[in-house]
Amino acid sequence: MPPAVDEPGVREVLDAADVARALTRIAHEILERNRGASDVVLLGVPTRGVGLARRLGERMSAVEGSAVPVGSLDVTMYRDDLRLRPARALEHTDIPAGGVDGKVVVLVDDVLYSGRTVRAALTALDDLGRPRSVQLAVLVDRGHRELPIRADFVGKNLPTSSRERVRVLLADTDGRDAVLIGAGPGQPAAALDETSGAGPR
Amino acid sequence: MNRHLLSIDDLSRDEATHVLDTAAELAHLLDDTDRAVRKLPTLRGRTVVNLFFEDSTRTRISFEAAAKRLSADVINFSAKGSSVSKGESLKDTALTLEAMGADAVVVRHPASGAPHRLAYSGWTRSSVVNAGDGTHEHPTQALLDAFTMRRHLGPPDRPGALDGRRVAIVGDILHSRVARSNVLLLDKLGAAVTLVAPPTLLPVGVGSWPCQTSYDLDAVLPACDVVMMLRVQRERMNAAYFPSAREYSRRYGLDAPRLGMLAEHALVMHPGPMNRGLEISAVAADSPRSTIVEQVANGVSVRMAVLYLLLGGAQ
Repeated sequence: MPPAVDEPGVREVLDAADVARALTRIAHEILERNRGASDVVLLGVPTRGVGLARRLGERMSAVEGSAVPVGSLDVTMYRDDLRLRPARALEHTDIPAGGVDGKVVVLVDDVLYSGRTVRAALTALDDLGRPRSVQLAVLVDRGHRELPIRADFVGKNLPTSSRERVRVLLADTDGRDAVLIGAGPGQPAAALDETSGAGPR
Repeated sequence: MNRHLLSIDDLSRDEATHVLDTAAELAHLLDDTDRAVRKLPTLRGRTVVNLFFEDSTRTRISFEAAAKRLSADVINFSAKGSSVSKGESLKDTALTLEAMGADAVVVRHPASGAPHRLAYSGWTRSSVVNAGDGTHEHPTQALLDAFTMRRHLGPPDRPGALDGRRVAIVGDILHSRVARSNVLLLDKLGAAVTLVAPPTLLPVGVGSWPCQTSYDLDAVLPACDVVMMLRVQRERMNAAYFPSAREYSRRYGLDAPRLGMLAEHALVMHPGPMNRGLEISAVAADSPRSTIVEQVANGVSVRMAVLYLLLGGAQ
């Protein structure tokens, strides 16, 4: 059951059409920056990043006329906050055939917050191989970085208070596309997932 | 999950499934041949002690490999060549390990219940993993056996389910901790277990276990999805349980004709070490349906999952 917009204090900042436009723009920006899609590999960070990566891949493949490899990269085993909570379930990692050596890897996530998930993803990539370069695409950048990390492609810059929750809904997992913002539990950013704004997984 | 893994009864069905799913994901991660570093940093700075009071090859090496692939520090302790042979008690050994800061102790002991004593006596704060105690339990062996069965037998629509599968466990049930752990786990996962052994090698009270028993291997074999042969544990036998090895082999050994009675998809398993020619023939052990070598590889993934779930999060 997707959270309704009329929940008290919850506001929709991007609707389905906004999400679609943002993804189309990011897909073009990735192609522009890399002069096409050759050697580009999209890796989504579970859970919402995987669906976003797949959609970016579809758009890029349509423009380029050749399939862009899309995979998923679970960062659970590389997180710096594992000891703050009970052991978590692993998500699926799926690296496209051909690996990441010498490729341009574009990491895709839904919300960029503290930057700790991205740091974990970079460490995980280290163990997989040696990409030629690594870029970062996110649907929402909500600020409050705790590490020197920035996104290369951003759907929407969303100024937030750290007390607020940002939730990304995607049609395949949540029934519809939207970005919601609302009052949330006032936890310090350090104890949260990057996407914990997106609610319990 | 409980802080310790002493018995399969420490796990609910959901928790056991969670261990097996985690093991599958870890196996998928590290078996990727493109992967540059076949190791994960998750347990960096944690110490795992392998405390072995009884001989073991594969279990100890398997736990050591699992801990090292998660980047934990490993200390191996075997009773031979240690102060235990000078008469040191389990308590004093435990206190020594506590002083060294062990986060997990993997213990094998000839006495049933020794891991439980270690876990709940207050001698140490570490997590305790039972790697085989006397004739009681060997939970990680059961988990890796179930993991192996799931890989081969799970229905395509629900990968990993063992509901309704038939498993025969054959041989020296009396001395087998593997059999007890397997019966408990397979029952939790929905499989139907039949223990097959001569009456002398079935434990007292087996009627209360969640399984069937039979004395007739030939009657059980055709309907099985899995036949698991157990080692005849001569080192624990101080009485005559059967007239001769040849008679045992003829009635309860998995030889070529019996291999032919199995269904097309049925698996042959053995926890090792094998007595070739006694409980299992070379033909059966080396046949394509034998998962005996695969069981060893799967053991590392399952033990990684157990160590991660016990040590990976907040204590």
